[in-house]
Formats: sequence, structure tokens, C-alpha cells
Amino acid sequence: MNKQRPVNLNLLTIKFPLPAIVSILHRASGVFVFLLIPLLLWMLALSLGSPSQFDDLQNTLTSAGMKFLLWLFLSALLYHLVAGIRHLLMDVGVGESLMGGRISAIVTMICAILLAVLTGIWLW
Amino acid sequence: MVKKLTNIFSLSGNGLRDWMVQRVTAVIAAVYLLFIIGYILSHTNLNYFDWQALFANPWMKVFSMLFLISLGLHAWIGMWTIFTDYIKSVSVRLVFHVVTLVALLAYFIWAVQILWGL
Ligand code: HEM
Repeated sequence: MNKQRPVNLNLLTIKFPLPAIVSILHRASGVFVFLLIPLLLWMLALSLGSPSQFDDLQNTLTSAGMKFLLWLFLSALLYHLVAGIRHLLMDVGVGESLMGGRISAIVTMICAILLAVLTGIWLW
Repeated sequence: MVKKLTNIFSLSGNGLRDWMVQRVTAVIAAVYLLFIIGYILSHTNLNYFDWQALFANPWMKVFSMLFLISLGLHAWIGMWTIFTDYIKSVSVRLVFHVVTLVALLAYFIWAVQILWGL
């Protein structure tokens, strides 16, 4: 490899087309979901523990802070799911062209934003 | 030596196999999540007894375990990839790999306890 080749790794001057943003958000959402697995398990444990714990959980989840945290978590998970399906489709050869990649990136973004909004409506 | 150390925490020690495992586990996780979402959306005013009965169902237990194992493998490979991409120092990276692995194992044991208690 030519060591003298021009290299630009300056994040401020690199262009980020939408497919690049979709990709990095998929990574970021994966990490975020991973970090919040304990929250999920805690809710699962309470919801399955006993009728009174189930009620406790429902009460806890009515607070604005918990709702917001849950909304963040669900939005990230749904984003990861949608972008992941796009990724899998590309892995089997669907939408691999430059144009296809751009279109599916737009569709992914729209779906993910829509799902985040719907999740918010559902929670509040 | 260094090369061995960088690969030792990859799930299968084989990039192509890891890649494939990550796809298969992604599909299993997607199916499970879509099922749970569908269940919750189709049961407004969900109560404890229906919810408990769902997870106590033997088929559901198998499905849940399948999901949990898939999730563990998927997240292991995913986090491994990210750490090897961004963390250049081998010793620091090994610490991250070990912490991730221990966390995933702990989550897994916790989840088994929850489902087994039913
Ligand atoms: C439920 C918990 C999940 C967690 C914690 C999780 C976590 C992760 C992480 C950390 C990565 C690595 C990202 C990267 O290398 O850029 C990843 C990759 C991936 N995830 Fe997930 N994931 C989950 C669920 C799913 C689901 C349901 C799907 C289904 C569509 C999925 C599809 C994928 C795919 C296709 C990749 C590979 C991305 C690549 O190679 O760049 N994931 N996941």
C-alpha cells in the first residue's frame, strides 16, 4: 500500500451521506441496547414476579423519567431492528447498488423516526 | 503472540463464522422481538396472569431461551467487532472483552433464573 497516499480522517471535514449516518447509528444503537439490557431484565423480573410486583412496575413506569428512559431504549432497539433488517437484506443481495443503498437508507430513517414517534404516543 | 491475543476473544476464532452467527442470531432475535411487540400491542390492558402464562408456556420458554442465547452470541460478536475497531491498545481491549463477556454471562444467568422461576 502506498504510504504517501492522501488520508483524511478529520471528522469535521469528512462528508457523512445518509447511508453513513444510518450505519453508524446502527452501531451506536447496538451498544446502547447492550448497555440497557439490565433495565430490560429488571422489568421482566418484576413483571413476572407476582401480581403486586407487576402493579409496582406499572406504577414505576408512569413517572416521566422512567418513561423517557424506556422511550430511548425502545427507539434505539426499534432503530437497530429496522436498520438491521436493511443490513440483512443487503447481505443477501437486495438493494446493494449505490441508488438502492441511498433509497433504503431514507426508508430506514423514515421508518425509525415514525416508530420512535409511535412509541412515544403509545407510552404517553 | 499479539495476533493470537487479538483473536482469542472472538466468538469462534473465525471471522466468516462469526459473521454468519451474527446474521442467524439477528434473524432469531428479530422474530422474537416482533412476536413480543405483536403480543403487547394486541393485548391492551395486559394483566399479570396472561403475561405470566405466556412466559410459563413450555414452547415460549424454549423460544425465550433461544432468543437469550442468540442475543448473547450476537452482542458478544457485535461488541467484539466494535472494540477491535476502535481500541488500539491490546491490553485495554482485553479488559473490555472480558468485562463484556462477564456481563453477558451474568445477564444470561439472571434471565434463566427469571424464566426458570415460573
Ligand atoms: C436485542 C438486542 C440486540 C443487541 C444488544 C444488538 C447489538 C449489536 C451490536 C453491538 C452490533 C455491532 C454493531 C457493529 O458492528 O457496527 C450489532 C450488529 C448487528 N445487529 Fe444487532 N443487536 C440486537 C438485536 C438485533 C436484531 C433484532 C437484529 C435484526 C435485524 C440485529 C441485526 C444486526 C446486524 C445485521 C448486525 C451486523 C452489523 C454489521 O455487521 O455491521 N440486531 N448488534
